[in-house]
Amino acid sequence: MAKIKYHILVCGGSACQELKNEEILSNFQELIIQKGLENEVQTIRTGCFGFCEFGPTVKIMPGNTYYAQVNALDCREIMEEHIINGRTVDRLLLQNVAREKNMGVLQETKPHRKQIRIALRNCGFINPENIDEYIARSGYQALGKVLTELTPEATIEILKKSGLRGRGGGGFPTGLKWEITRKVKADQKYVVCNADEGDPGAFMDRSVLEGDPHTVLEAMAINGYSTGADKGVIYIRAEYPLAVERLKIAMKQAREYGLLGNDILGTGFNFDIEIRYGAGAFVCGEETALIHSMEGLRGEPTVKPPFPSESGFLGKPTNVNNVETYANIPAIILKGSDWFSSIGTEKSKGTKVFALAGKINNVGLIEVPMGITLREVIFEIGGGIKNDRKFKAVQTGGPSGGMLTEKDLDTPIDYDNLIAAGSMMGSGGMIVMDEDDCMVAMAKFYLEFTVEESCGKCSPCRIGNKRLFEMLEKVTQGHAVMEDLDKLRNLSHVIKDTSLCGLGQTSPNPVLSSMDNFYHEYLEHVSDKKCRAGNCKSLMQYIVNPENCIGCTLCARNCPVDAIAGERKQAHVIDQEKCIKCGACMEKCKFNAIFIK
Amino acid sequence: MEMVKLTIDGKPIEVEENTTILQAAKKIGIDIPTLCYFQLNDMNIENRPGGCRICVVEVVGRRNLAPACSTNVAKDMVVNTHSIRVLNARRTVLELILSDHPAECLTCAKSGSCELQTMAQQLGVRELPYQGAQSTYRKDTSPAIIRDVDKCIMCRRCEMMCNEVQTVGALSAVNRGFMAVVAPAFEMNLEKSPCTYCGQCVSVCPTGALTEVDHSRNVINALADPAKTVVVQTAPAVRAALGEEFGLAPGTLVTGKMVAALRRLGFNYVFDTDFAADLTIMEEGSELLDRLTRHLKGDKSVKLPILTSCCPGWVNFFEHNFPDLMDVPSTAKSPQQMFGPIAKEYFGKKLGIERKNMVVVSIMPCLAKKYECQRDEFKVNGDPDVNYSLSTRELAHLIKFANIDFNSLPDEDFDNPLGESTGAAVIFGNTGGVIEAACRTAYELYTGKKLQKVEFNELRGLESIRHATLDFDGLPINIGIAHGLGNARKLLEDVQAGKSQFHAIEIMACPGGCIGGGGQPFHHGDSEIIKQRAAAIYREDVGKPIRKSHENPFIIKLYEEFLGKPLGEKSHKLLHTHYFDKSAGTFIEE
Repeated sequence: MAKIKYHILVCGGSACQELKNEEILSNFQELIIQKGLENEVQTIRTGCFGFCEFGPTVKIMPGNTYYAQVNALDCREIMEEHIINGRTVDRLLLQNVAREKNMGVLQETKPHRKQIRIALRNCGFINPENIDEYIARSGYQALGKVLTELTPEATIEILKKSGLRGRGGGGFPTGLKWEITRKVKADQKYVVCNADEGDPGAFMDRSVLEGDPHTVLEAMAINGYSTGADKGVIYIRAEYPLAVERLKIAMKQAREYGLLGNDILGTGFNFDIEIRYGAGAFVCGEETALIHSMEGLRGEPTVKPPFPSESGFLGKPTNVNNVETYANIPAIILKGSDWFSSIGTEKSKGTKVFALAGKINNVGLIEVPMGITLREVIFEIGGGIKNDRKFKAVQTGGPSGGMLTEKDLDTPIDYDNLIAAGSMMGSGGMIVMDEDDCMVAMAKFYLEFTVEESCGKCSPCRIGNKRLFEMLEKVTQGHAVMEDLDKLRNLSHVIKDTSLCGLGQTSPNPVLSSMDNFYHEYLEHVSDKKCRAGNCKSLMQYIVNPENCIGCTLCARNCPVDAIAGERKQAHVIDQEKCIKCGACMEKCKFNAIFIK
Repeated sequence: MEMVKLTIDGKPIEVEENTTILQAAKKIGIDIPTLCYFQLNDMNIENRPGGCRICVVEVVGRRNLAPACSTNVAKDMVVNTHSIRVLNARRTVLELILSDHPAECLTCAKSGSCELQTMAQQLGVRELPYQGAQSTYRKDTSPAIIRDVDKCIMCRRCEMMCNEVQTVGALSAVNRGFMAVVAPAFEMNLEKSPCTYCGQCVSVCPTGALTEVDHSRNVINALADPAKTVVVQTAPAVRAALGEEFGLAPGTLVTGKMVAALRRLGFNYVFDTDFAADLTIMEEGSELLDRLTRHLKGDKSVKLPILTSCCPGWVNFFEHNFPDLMDVPSTAKSPQQMFGPIAKEYFGKKLGIERKNMVVVSIMPCLAKKYECQRDEFKVNGDPDVNYSLSTRELAHLIKFANIDFNSLPDEDFDNPLGESTGAAVIFGNTGGVIEAACRTAYELYTGKKLQKVEFNELRGLESIRHATLDFDGLPINIGIAHGLGNARKLLEDVQAGKSQFHAIEIMACPGGCIGGGGQPFHHGDSEIIKQRAAAIYREDVGKPIRKSHENPFIIKLYEEFLGKPLGEKSHKLLHTHYFDKSAGTFIEE
C-alpha cells in the first residue's frame, strides 16, 4: 500500500457541484499525475462540508485546512505551495475569505463552533466510496456489538433510553417505534430508510448518504436485528444520483465484507438491502405514501391506523426511519445512551442537522445540539444577516413550518418548543428572512409549493390549499377585502383540522404564523394597498416627481409599454394602468425624478 | 370479540372492537354524513379512502378531527359528532368541494339523485365563500359511458369498483393535487382502455361525473317518425326495479305498468326480451348438451366448461383479459341480440315491414348493452339489429318526460308473438338465473324426464362464487357461478390453468347479476334494495304458468316456422356470434 501524505478533499455537496467542483477535482488529479505524486497524494470527493456560501471548498488533510471559493486556476497554486512546499495559501483560507467578505464571526480555526457532529461525524472526513475508511472510524463496530453482545430488546432499550426521536419531522421516539414493530408477529418484516428528502433547499439526508453511506446501512442492519426483519429497503429520490451511486458502492462493499447478506459476522443473522426510487413527490416522505410508492402504487397516504409497524410494505410490519435518524444510531450504540441523552434538552436529545438558507451570511449545513437558540444558529454559526439588513423572521420545518420572529430568537430549539411557537422541527430546513421580505408573499410562496405537492386525495388539502393560495394572491395584488382575512384564518384552521396526512395538517402553518406575527402587513396590503417590503409588484407605483423632472423624455423612450407621456421640457406622467413596473424608467432617469410609492 | 365502551354525543354505548365510529354512531341513531364512503353489505364491496373528510368528528384528546368512516372506536373514547368545531369544518370542506364543482345542476343528468346535491341541501349551503379556479378536464364519451371529470369529487368509488371489485383496471387516479382526476392509464379515452362498460362505476358515482350515454332523444325521434315501426323489448331485471324511480318500494314488480307506459309512449309493439331469453336457453342449452355428450363420448376436441355469454360486460372482459379462452364461452348471442334479428328478419318480414323502417329499442338494466348493440357484427349493411338501448333510468326519465302517471297505470300484457315468455327467462335477471334456466331445459332434454321441482335452490344466493353439483339422472353436473368480474377472473384463471372441475359456468359482470346492473336505479349503497329486486324476480318466475323455456309455445312455433332446430343453419346465422381478441392494440393506438 502506498504511503499517502496528503488527502485533497473536494466538497461534493450539491451547492459545490453547481460551482464546478468536478473541474477542480479533475484539475487536482491531473496535477498529481503531472507532478508524479500518485503514490503520495490522493483526491477524495466527499459529502458536504457545510460551507455552501464559500463554495467550491477544498480541504487538505492532515491539518484540516479549508480553502474557500477555489477556482480552477487556484488548484496549481494549492498543489505547488501547500502540497509540495508545505505552505498554506493564505488568500484562499476559509477564514480569510470570510473576513474579507466581512461575513459574520466565523471563528479563526474552528469554523464549526457550537456545532456537534454526530449524524455528520464522518461527512467530509472519509472517502464515502471506501468501506475501510468507514471501518477505520469505528464503522460497523456498533453492528458487531449488537449482534454479539446485545439482544434485540437490549438494543431497543438503549435507543429508548437515549431519547432519540425521528429526525424526518414527526419526532416520534425511535426506540418505541422499533419496539412496536418488534412486538408484531409476522413471517416477514421490513425496515425502510426514508431518503425522500423533499423540502425545497434541504439537503441534510443527501449529505449523509453522499458523505457517509455506510452508517445508514449499518443502522438499518441494527434495525433489522432489533425488529426481526431480514430485508431493508432504501426509498430514495431518483434525483439524487450521486447518493444512489455511493449507496450502491457501499452495499456492494458491505456484502463483500460479509456485513450484509447471510450469516453476518458469523452470527447467523441475515440482512440485505435493496433500493427503490421515488420520483420526487413531496408527499412520498409521508410513510404510508412512501410505502405505496414502493409498492408501485400511486404515492398517496392512507388513514392511520393501521400504522406501518403493523401493516406496511406489502402488508407486512415495516419500520420506517429517516436517514438522519439512522445516522445517529451507530454512535449511540457505541457511546451509550447516557452520552447521547446528555446532549440536548429534556425531551429532545442529541443534535439536529439544519440546512441554513435565505438571507444569512453562512449558507450551508450545520449540526447543532438540541436546545441551542435560534439566535446562536443565525447570528453566531450563521454569521448574521446578509448585507447587515435587519432580521425579520426565520422559517423552520420546511414549507409547512411556521415563521418565527425576533421574540422567538432566544427559544431553545427542540421539537416541543418549535411547535409551541407555531412552527415545527420538520426535517431541518431553516430559511432566514430580512426586512426586504414580504411576509404575505412568503406565505404565498410556501402555499404555491404545497398546492403543487398535494397528492389530491383529500378535499381540504386538494382544494383548500388552492383557495388559500388564491386568497393570498388576492392580498398581494391588493384586491382583498377585510373579510378575506377572516376567511384565510378559518380555512387555515379547517385544513389543519381535517386533512388526511401531515402535508395538509401543516400546510397552512406559514399562513397562520405570518398572520399571528405580521398581521399588520396583511392589513397594510388590504386596507392601504401597500407592501412595506416592496415585494408585491401589484402594490407598487412608479411616480414622476414633477419638481425633479426636466422633461428629457429619456424615460418615455425607454418605457417598453409606452406608459409614460409628456411634452419635451415638461414634467412627465406615468400611466398606472399601462405600467408593468419593470423599473426601466427609474433606472434611466438621471435626475432622480422617479420614485416608488 | 372484545367489547369497547365509549361515549358518542353524550350517550354511552358498548360496541365490538374494530367497529368504526360511523358504525357505532349509527347504532344509537346518530347519523354522521358521508360522501366518499360507500358500502354494499354482504357483497364485500367497500370504499373508505377517508378522502372527502365530510364525516369528520371530534375525538376528545385528539389533536385534529377524525374521519368517522375509517377511525375505529377505542376504550373510553369520547366523540362529538356535531360540535360547532365539527359543523364548521364539515361545512367548510363541503363548500370547498362545491367550489371546484360546476354549478350545472339544471342540466345535469344526475340532478335529483346526486349525493353531492343532497349533501349541500342537508348542510344548508347557500353560498360559496371560497371561490376560485375550477379544475377542468376534457369530456370523454365512449359508446356507453360519459366521463365528465369536471364533476368528479375524487371519492374514488369508481376506482374501487373498477379495480378491486371488477379487476378491470380501467380507472385510477392520475395527476396530482388540484388537477388530480380519475382516468384511464396514460389519460386515454375510456374507449381505448380495457373498460368493459359494465357501468358499475356509474352506479356508484355520487355525482354526474360518470353517466350513461343518453339515447332517449334518438328514441323520441324514432317514435315521432311516422315512417318507422318502433319495437321495444324489455329485459327481465327492469320490471323489478323501475318502480323505485316512481317511489314504489324496492322489489315491487311493475311488469304490467311498464308495458302500459311503453304503449303510451308510442311504441308500436311492446315485446319482451324474456322471449329472447327463452330462445337463448334453447340455443345455449343445446350447445351445453352437445358439448357434454361429445365430451362424455371421449371427444377430446370439445371444450368444457362452457361459459354463458349473455352478459356483454363479461364478453368484453374475456375479450380483453382471456383471449386464449375465446373458444370456451358459448357462441350464443345475448337475449338482446337474439331479439334484434328475430324482430327484423322474422316478425318484420312476416308483417311486411322493411328492415330500414323498423327501429328496435331495448330497455336494459345495463350500460354494456349500449356498446353491444353497436358492435359491427350485429349490423346488417350498417343497420344495427338493435338500434338503441336505454337503461332503466332512461326509461323512467322518458315516462316522466311524457307526463305519464306511472303509478295509476293499469297492468297490461306484452304483445305477441315476441312478448310471451316463461319463468325460466325472467330469472335471467338474477345471478345464477341463466344457468338455472338452462338446467331446467337441459335436464329434461338430456334425461327425457319431467323435473319434479323446477327450482334449483342450490344455484341461488348472493355469495360471490358458488358451485353446486346437479344430478342429471345419475350424471353429476358441476356448475360454477360468479357475479362481479373479479370473481369471474378467479374462475377463469382456474379454467386457464386447467384446474376447473366445472361443466358449465355462469358469469354476470355486475354484483347480484342484472338486478344490480349499471343501468338500474341508483341503490346508493343499500344492498337491501338489490336483495328485494332478486326476490321480486323469483316471485315473477313462480307466477308464470310456464317455467321452462322449451315449453314456450311461441318459441316452439318460431322453430317450426322459421328457425328449424337449435344449432341449425339459420340459428347459427342469426343467433350465434364469435369473439375478438382485444388484449392489445386498442391501448397502443393514437
